[in-house]
Amino acid sequence: MSESTINNENCVVIGASHAGVNFAFALRREGWEGTITMIDVDPTLPYHRPPLSKAYLTSADSIEKNLLKSEESYVKENINLKLGVWVDAIDRENKKVVLADGTSLGYDKLVIATGARPIMPPIPGLDTANNLFPLRSAADVANIRNTVTANEGLRVVVIGGGYIGLETAASLKKLGADVTVLERESRILARVTAPEMSEFFQKFHADNGVAVLTEKNVVSIEYNGESNTVICSDETRYEADMVIVGVGIHVNKELAEKAGLTIENGILVNEKSQTSDENIYAIGDCTFHHNPHYNRHIRLESVQNAVDQAKIAAAAINGKDCAYDALPWFWSDQYDVKLQMVGLSQGYDEVLVRKEADKENCFSVWYFKGDTLLAVDAVNNAKSYVYGTKFIKGGEKLDKSKLSDPMAEFKPANLIAQ
Amino acid sequence: MAKITFITNDEETITLEGTSGSVMALAVDNGVPGIDGDCGGVCSCATCHVHVAPEDMEKTGSASEIETDMLELDDNADEYSRLCCQIEITDAIDGVVLKVAK
Repeated sequence: MSESTINNENCVVIGASHAGVNFAFALRREGWEGTITMIDVDPTLPYHRPPLSKAYLTSADSIEKNLLKSEESYVKENINLKLGVWVDAIDRENKKVVLADGTSLGYDKLVIATGARPIMPPIPGLDTANNLFPLRSAADVANIRNTVTANEGLRVVVIGGGYIGLETAASLKKLGADVTVLERESRILARVTAPEMSEFFQKFHADNGVAVLTEKNVVSIEYNGESNTVICSDETRYEADMVIVGVGIHVNKELAEKAGLTIENGILVNEKSQTSDENIYAIGDCTFHHNPHYNRHIRLESVQNAVDQAKIAAAAINGKDCAYDALPWFWSDQYDVKLQMVGLSQGYDEVLVRKEADKENCFSVWYFKGDTLLAVDAVNNAKSYVYGTKFIKGGEKLDKSKLSDPMAEFKPANLIAQ
Repeated sequence: MAKITFITNDEETITLEGTSGSVMALAVDNGVPGIDGDCGGVCSCATCHVHVAPEDMEKTGSASEIETDMLELDDNADEYSRLCCQIEITDAIDGVVLKVAK
């Protein structure tokens, strides 16, 4: 047997969410004939995560309605799922992963798609609070839904005014809860958007009856046997029957770290999504990778990155010439507002807001550095999102005065500087 | 119950039966190549682009405003283009033929 065939027998994937699942199917599509085994600690068949805080939370759907792939699809593509299984270690020397039950699984190629987990901040009383949940998994949603169902007029405090916190707040409001969001910074979405966007969403939540309060640093939670009191550093107190924690994530990098792979702000990978070990790839939220559009290393929490890195790793493992070159994009749904974002705005020095003259709550925020368009956030405005995508990819210089003039015809040819 | 036929980029014809949900979900559940549905069906990713057979446009209806805008991401879009996460399966679309976009 030649060496190249020896290297193509067993592929093991740790993590069966967007990145892992898309990788496994892409690997088959690219022609991999060896085994594919995917391991995840979550016992549920792999599901879409973004809807968990949005439409899925407010629906009565079971998780079966929200699966990434049907159960038969895995059988059809001969992808072996080991769910509810914890991986203890990666043994690079013997090319195997060691499972919690003491058994091990040999690999020729290993893919780490371990994603991230919610940060549970070291707030006194957090671990003894009643009905306190993060929101990342199907089990979290089941807990939240059960609590909502069991309590009429539920009072909810959401700690964290990022996308997860705000989406969950909107969804719980829709379910009839009384919701307060506590954000530590001076504005919501401070890390990811311009003040114009923060203001819009803060007002939009207020208009929908959700109190979004900023500069609220939670210092403790007290549970008196009936309800929780969430206490902030300014001595304000908020009663809550349920507390949602949405303050960000920790990358699940420990397995890679223990195995001695290079870690920076995540698991470091090259343009083929390969780690510092040539037989180990990493994809999705857990990676620290180079983005050619912005010429810097980044870590992304997004479906786009999970799927695009999955495809790259699958192609690379099958010996195809490929390199990651994706423009990041994101979306968020709150109430009836659809927010679509393309590009990365960090480092911008100018923001232009384009409001569509005849439509309510329909506008876009364009982030520039000099003449270079970095990113676009579009609210109920897919056209801006699409044009933004094209302009960032094409690198055209834009006519900023036309762009921000709602009377100027909104067509690519009219917006490019002459 | 509706029978829906997909013609893939490899000219393979796949006919599936569905009763509810979106056409995208039916295609993904059955592994129709070229229909990814990365966003889970909320018209955010444009990875479920199909060309409806012209004679079936009446059954499916044409694309909504947001769909039309999103379809501009794809240079192959035409007047028969739809994002099939936005096509609900009902008896009314029985027999439609959808060509998976390149």
